[in-house]
Amino acid sequence: MTKIELTVDGAAVSDDVEPRMLLVQYLREKLGKTGTVIGCDTSNCGACTVHLDGTSVKSCNVLAVQANGRTVTTIEGLADTAEGELHPVQESFRECHGLQCGFCTPGMIMQAVDLLGENPDPTEEEVRLGMEGNLCRCTGYHNIVKSVLHAAEGAKA
Amino acid sequence: MIPVKFDYLAPTSVEEALAALGEHGDEAKILAGGQSLLPVLRMRLNAPEVVIDLGGISSLRGIRDDGDAIVIGAMTTHHDVRDHALVHEHALLLAKAAAEVADSQIRHRGTFGGALAHADPAGDLGAPALALGAQFVIAGPGGTRTVEADDFFVDLFETAIGEDEILTEVRVPKHTGWGAHYEKFVRVAHQWPIVAVAATVKGSIDEARVGLTNMGSTPLRARATEAALAGASATEDGVREASELAAEGTNPPSDLNGAAEYRQHLARVLTGRAVLKAAGAQ
Repeated sequence: MTKIELTVDGAAVSDDVEPRMLLVQYLREKLGKTGTVIGCDTSNCGACTVHLDGTSVKSCNVLAVQANGRTVTTIEGLADTAEGELHPVQESFRECHGLQCGFCTPGMIMQAVDLLGENPDPTEEEVRLGMEGNLCRCTGYHNIVKSVLHAAEGAKA
Repeated sequence: MIPVKFDYLAPTSVEEALAALGEHGDEAKILAGGQSLLPVLRMRLNAPEVVIDLGGISSLRGIRDDGDAIVIGAMTTHHDVRDHALVHEHALLLAKAAAEVADSQIRHRGTFGGALAHADPAGDLGAPALALGAQFVIAGPGGTRTVEADDFFVDLFETAIGEDEILTEVRVPKHTGWGAHYEKFVRVAHQWPIVAVAATVKGSIDEARVGLTNMGSTPLRARATEAALAGASATEDGVREASELAAEGTNPPSDLNGAAEYRQHLARVLTGRAVLKAAGAQ
């Protein structure tokens, strides 16, 4: 077992974990943060995307011990406003119906937030390229792209 | 799936990491960014008893100017290589190729040195590193040595790095002002290339360097093409003859993505495109 101390969604946590434990397992099984989901388990689909020290990573492709001393933000910690309010990107996905089954949505939103942080006013092509590490098997991506562009418009207003 | 159990070591200096490697030998595996290693561990294609994580060694990160070269720390992420001003100024080809590695999330974690040491022949950084004549600085128990790009890639997933050694940094000779393009041919997004061509040119065209991805068990230099491009004009007609030479001496794999002959065809076509884009002619 290896001791880790990190910040997850604003709260300091510490645990003894097996070195082989994946960050996504740690979030789900130890902390109960099941908003972050496991899709493909091969680092392809991006459903497990979280932010590690402020940038997007696939949490199935990071060991929990690698997050020692660092800051993790999951979909559950994205909205920092009062209870019931959504993050603007979450709100945009809701408004534009950027989901069908919803399984890829936590990862889509986390990646969209990262993308807009780096490029606040992206073109449609830049959104499609920036989201290439996130797979959706329902929507055909159109409303997801629309949601990201809508969130960018909203941030300008 | 979950990896087989292993012991985890997190050294904070290269010396500590080398000592750990020396102690555990071939039972140990080095963890850089982990974007290739973790899938391998999860699928249990490899089950090292000890994993030595270089993530805590801050001296392995960063990019600096060193006279006639820029020096890229082995643990610098693809994302940082893609965006760094020194890379854009002196080794634009690396920025272009780093931008094409996998996807955004993986570029945030994956490292320049880790990818090169992994030596996947379909990896995006070997061909540009080879084309730019990079030098690989390798630390071992007896000190540090430097290996030229031509000698670094030995075979499939095999480099000149010894079992008791660690790649610490890569020196990239300055190609200041050279145009560059990485032409990657993929079937779906964020995948390894079926074939890719890394081209960088001085003027249009005084000199050219061309590297090939996934055209053999290691990255390759298209030297006949380079020779033919010197003094060529940056037009479709001007580069046609040189592009036709791009597959000379290659031995690409045949798999579900394409037969060897198809890959050789791609290498010729993509070389023409890469060179013209590098020269700003397309």
